[in-house]
Amino acid sequence: MFTRRTVITAAMALSLSGAAPGAFAQEEIFIPIISKGFQHQFWQAVNTGAQQAAEDLGVRVTFEGPDNESQVDRQIDMLSAALANKPAAIGFAALDSQAAIPVLRQASEAGIPVVAFDSGVDSDIPVTTAATDNVAAAAMAADKMAEMIGGSGKVAVVAHDQTSRTGIDRRDGFVNRIEAEHPDVEIVAIEYGGGDHLESTEITRALLAAHPDLSGIFGTNEGSAIGVVNGVREAGVEGLTIVGYDSGQAQIDAIRDGLMAGAITQNPVGMGYETVRAAVAAARGEEVPAAIDTGFFWYDATNIDDPQIAAVLYN
Amino acid sequence: MTDADTTTPPRARPPRAAPQKLLAFAGLILLVLGFSLASPNFFQVSNIMAVLQATSVNGVLAIGVTLIIITGGIDLSIGTLMTFCAVMTGVVLTWLGAPLLLGVLTAVATGALAGLVSGTLVAKMKIPPFIATLGMMLILKGLSLIVTGTRPIYFNDTPGFDLISRGSLVGAVFPAFPVPNGVLILFGVAAVTAWILSRTVLGRYTFAIGSNEEAVRLSGVNTDAWKMAIYATAGGIVGIGGLLIASRLNSAQPALGLGYELEAIAAVVIGGTSLAGGRGTILGTLIGALIMAVLTNGLRVMSVAPEWQTVVTGAIIIAAVYADQLRRRAVG
Repeated sequence: MFTRRTVITAAMALSLSGAAPGAFAQEEIFIPIISKGFQHQFWQAVNTGAQQAAEDLGVRVTFEGPDNESQVDRQIDMLSAALANKPAAIGFAALDSQAAIPVLRQASEAGIPVVAFDSGVDSDIPVTTAATDNVAAAAMAADKMAEMIGGSGKVAVVAHDQTSRTGIDRRDGFVNRIEAEHPDVEIVAIEYGGGDHLESTEITRALLAAHPDLSGIFGTNEGSAIGVVNGVREAGVEGLTIVGYDSGQAQIDAIRDGLMAGAITQNPVGMGYETVRAAVAAARGEEVPAAIDTGFFWYDATNIDDPQIAAVLYN
Repeated sequence: MTDADTTTPPRARPPRAAPQKLLAFAGLILLVLGFSLASPNFFQVSNIMAVLQATSVNGVLAIGVTLIIITGGIDLSIGTLMTFCAVMTGVVLTWLGAPLLLGVLTAVATGALAGLVSGTLVAKMKIPPFIATLGMMLILKGLSLIVTGTRPIYFNDTPGFDLISRGSLVGAVFPAFPVPNGVLILFGVAAVTAWILSRTVLGRYTFAIGSNEEAVRLSGVNTDAWKMAIYATAGGIVGIGGLLIASRLNSAQPALGLGYELEAIAAVVIGGTSLAGGRGTILGTLIGALIMAVLTNGLRVMSVAPEWQTVVTGAIIIAAVYADQLRRRAVG
C-alpha cells in the first residue's frame, strides 16, 4: 500500500538517480545560450539551429532571452545566472555591446569561453562572433532599392531602433551606401518603430502623408517591414517599392503578392548552429576562427522557392 | 485627489464634465489647425483617415478602462488582454476553423471573462486594483505566448477578417470619405458605452462607487457584484479592441500589447476623467484618444526628430492634465 512516506521516498530516490548521471558524466557539455529575445520568429529560428547542433554534437543547450530588445539589464541578469551554473561555454547575443563586459570578464576569469552571436561585443573576451554582416546586407538592400526605383527618387527608412548594433548597422549600411553610390536617391526620413507592427504601420501612414512623392521604403526588421506593408496597403498607395529584412509568414506572403519587392534574409538557423558548434569547440580547447560570417541573401518573387533560399526562410 | 473630492457627497451623475470636454475639444482643434498650418500634407483625406484608424484600437481600449477609472480603480491588464483576446480569436478561427461570427464572440467573451476575474480579485479578494491588474497583465501576457507557442497566428484562412478593421462601408457609399470600419466600430462602442453610463443602472453605480463606495454599500447595494460587472464590461470592450488589432494586422501577434495600457490611460486622463474616480465621460475619452493620435501622426508628418516626438507627447499629456487642474481650481 502506498503511504505518503513511500511516495516521498520514491520521489527522493528518483530525484537522486536523476542527479547522479550529471555527477558522474563530467563529459556532458552544457551550453546556455542567452539570446536577445525569444518571442520573435527570428530567435525561434536561431534556437532551432542551436538545438540541431546540440543533437548532432551530443551536448545540452538551453536558450533564453529577455521580453524585448531594450531590456539590457534583464539580459545581464540572465547571463550572470547562467554563469553561476558553471557551464562549459556560453553563447551570447549582446543587446548592448558595452553593458555586459563586466559579467563577461567574470566568465573569462572562470575560464568559461564565450561565443558571441548576432552582434558583437566591444571586447576581446568572446572567442569568436557568429553574425550576419548587417552593414553589407543593408548596403545590398540599398543597391536593390536604387535599382528598382530607377536610380532616382525619395526613399524613407522605418528602423527598429537607434541604439542596438543591428539597428545602427542596418540603418547606416543602407544610408551610407545610398549617399555614396546613388547620388540621385534622397533619404527623406528615418523613423523608429521599435519593431512593433502597429507602431510601424502608423509611422508608414504618416510617412506617406508627409511625402506623397515617396518612391520606396526600407523596413529594417520583420516587425518594421510588416508594418510598412500594412501601412501601404491601408493607404491604398500603389507603385511604391518596399524592401524588407528577415522573413516570417506575412513578409513572405507580401513578396508573393508583389506588394513587397524583396527582402534581405539572414541565416538564423545557421547562426544558432554555428554558435553551438564554436562553443563546443572552444570548450574542448580547439581552435575557432576569429569571426564566423553566417551569411545573408536577397530574395524576391523570382527566387523565393529556390531550395537554398527556402532553407533560410522561416514562417 | 484633493480632500474636497473625497468629502463631496456621492452623485449619480458626472458633475461639471462639460467644460473639460470643451477644453479638450478646443485642444484637439488647436492641434489639428497647428499641424495643418505646419504641413500641407497633414490635412488630407488619406492622412485624416490614417489618424482615425490610429485612434481606433487605442480609443476602444481607453473607453473600456474609462469605466474602471470612474469607479476609482485602474486596469493595467488591458494591453495584454487585448492581445490575449486576439490570440483566442486566432485559435477559434484559424486553428479550429470556426465561422467568423464565432471568432468575434470569442474575442468579446474572452475579454469579459478576464475582466470578471480582475473584478473578482478587486471586489471579493480586496486586492488593490493596481496590483490585481498588474498580476493579470503578466498572466495574460504569458498565456498569449504559451497558447501560441510564441508564433503569430494568421487569419489568411478567414476571408473578410481583415475587413473588420480595414474595410470601409462608408467608402462604399461615399467614395470620397473612406472611413475605415474600425473607426465606425470605435464610434459604435463609444455610443453604446456612453448610453450604458448615462442611462442604465450599471452606469449609475459606476459613478456612485467612484464617488463614495462606502455610502453606496451602506445603502444596501451589493457593490462587489456591480464592480465585477463593471470590470467584465470593460473586459468585453477590450475584447473588441483585440478584434480590431488582429484584423488590422491580419494576425494575432502574441508579443504585442505591453505599454498599450499606458497610452489608453493617457487618453482617458487627457479626456478629463479623474483618476480619483467618480467623474468622467466617454466623449472626453474619445477626444483624448484623438488628441494622442493627432499628436503622434502630426509630429511624424512634420518630420520632427523621433527622439523629440516622445518628449513633446509627454509634455502635452502633462499640460493637458494641468489645464484641467487649473480649470477645476477656478470653478471651486
